[in-house]
Amino acid sequence: MPHSPHNPARPADTLVSVDNVSFGYGPRTILSGLDMQITRGSVVVVMGPSGCGKSTLLGLIGGRLAASEGRVFFDGGDVAALRRRELFALRKRMGMLFQSSALLTDLSVFDNVAFPLREHCGLPESLVRNLVLMKLHMVGLRGARDLRPAELSGGMARRVALARAIALDPELILYDEPFAGLDPVSLGVTLKLIRELNDALRLTSVVVTHDVDEGCRIADYMYLLGRGTIIGHGAPQEMLHSGDPEVAQFMQGMPDGPVPFHYPAPDYRAELLDAGGARS
Amino acid sequence: MNALAAIGRFTLGGVYHLGRCGVFLCTMLAVISHAWRRFALVVRQLYFAGVMTLLITLVAGLFVGMVLSLQGYYTLVNYGGESALGLLVALSLTRELGPVLAAVLFTGRAGSAITAEIGLMKATDQLAAMEMMATDPVARVVVPRFVAGVLAVPILTLLFNVVGVLGGYYVGTVQLGVDSGVYWASMQNGVDVFEDIGNGIIKSFVFGFVVSWIMVFEGCDTEPTAEGISRATTRTVVVGSLSVLGLDYILTALMYGGIS
Repeated sequence: MPHSPHNPARPADTLVSVDNVSFGYGPRTILSGLDMQITRGSVVVVMGPSGCGKSTLLGLIGGRLAASEGRVFFDGGDVAALRRRELFALRKRMGMLFQSSALLTDLSVFDNVAFPLREHCGLPESLVRNLVLMKLHMVGLRGARDLRPAELSGGMARRVALARAIALDPELILYDEPFAGLDPVSLGVTLKLIRELNDALRLTSVVVTHDVDEGCRIADYMYLLGRGTIIGHGAPQEMLHSGDPEVAQFMQGMPDGPVPFHYPAPDYRAELLDAGGARS
Repeated sequence: MNALAAIGRFTLGGVYHLGRCGVFLCTMLAVISHAWRRFALVVRQLYFAGVMTLLITLVAGLFVGMVLSLQGYYTLVNYGGESALGLLVALSLTRELGPVLAAVLFTGRAGSAITAEIGLMKATDQLAAMEMMATDPVARVVVPRFVAGVLAVPILTLLFNVVGVLGGYYVGTVQLGVDSGVYWASMQNGVDVFEDIGNGIIKSFVFGFVVSWIMVFEGCDTEPTAEGISRATTRTVVVGSLSVLGLDYILTALMYGGIS
């Protein structure tokens, strides 16, 4: 793969580096001036309120979206500069877990996990079978291999999607809201899997979430997004005890603070009186 | 002034939509070779789309043939021409009604279902997931459905014609008393393989192409919400059916010289 210009500021053990990235749909800016370094082997949690551009960030790292300014490097190569074929080669080195699990509904659990193997590896079917069973065993669902996606609970579907994401033994896994909508047991299982898979398979994980407790439990390093930019970063303990009012508001979950409770609106009293006057 | 602006917006929107539709066709044709590499998927889709539409096509064909025979008989008998009944039924079916109605029925039954299926795959991130697994969703999902549609419509058209001719035969000979030998003989003498049946098949290929194009485009272009999917499904049926009827006029004019 022809490498694009290397990022000079990149330390050797950085797998993904986000370099002054801005992104917007049309005139609407979603992200501006983002800088991130994701170290090999770590679990990096990106937190922020809903709609602050966390999922967009995963789109940028995966090359599904192109930054309007700045660059995203994966293992030294500029993701946006790749041609389609090179991008697809790169994506074989990363797995992604979607919030909706995104299992292919016309295939069984087994065939879903086998999908990337059959698409890319050209392995004999007996080997595919063993690999799929190994991946399913890691997430504890070897016995569920003949079920259809519609028969799975939300937590099980997410574990199958995780097995599928690690099918090609990627270097990086992107998790989009892995904790959303899970019952406590499934939540515990998911937390355990993210941490254990990361350490056992020597992966690098980027977890996007707005759940502070879960995020803090698995993170090696955290970034907090707000207003389309990074408002704080550090180890979980530093973040929890941060003096920055914006960071503190999010980490403690306070309803009012630098992020106001009220959506911007005209003066309350004036509006009520106006409306009354107009109606009568 | 507002009306003017609305016309402008409407036109621009239409041109933009058409442009995207054209670009989509190009991206699809660029990877159309996957139809061979993934031929099993094409066969699977052909089975789904074909079987889905088969029953409705056969029933419709039967009744259309029967009605044609009935109406044709009462017109022809005034001139003592009921011996041409077989020819009338066969020509109406192979040249016009077969290709048009089979394509319209396909649009309503399979086209809407495939638009909804692709739209739902998009809404549940399945297409994005494929892309992240380094598989082109156009090659894996869209092309097999498109090729299956292009192949299914002519096959359904032929079946529609056969059943229609048989329905016409039943009404014409058994119920109205036209001689069965005369029914078949007039058909045999008057229907040309290339001029009539061949042109009908060419028509049905064109209809299959356009309808399949519309159904996969609308599926991929769906806004990923419940309303978006329902809108896309409706658009497939409306735009698909109207395109078939409009194209039918143009193709007939080109083939049989309607415009001088």
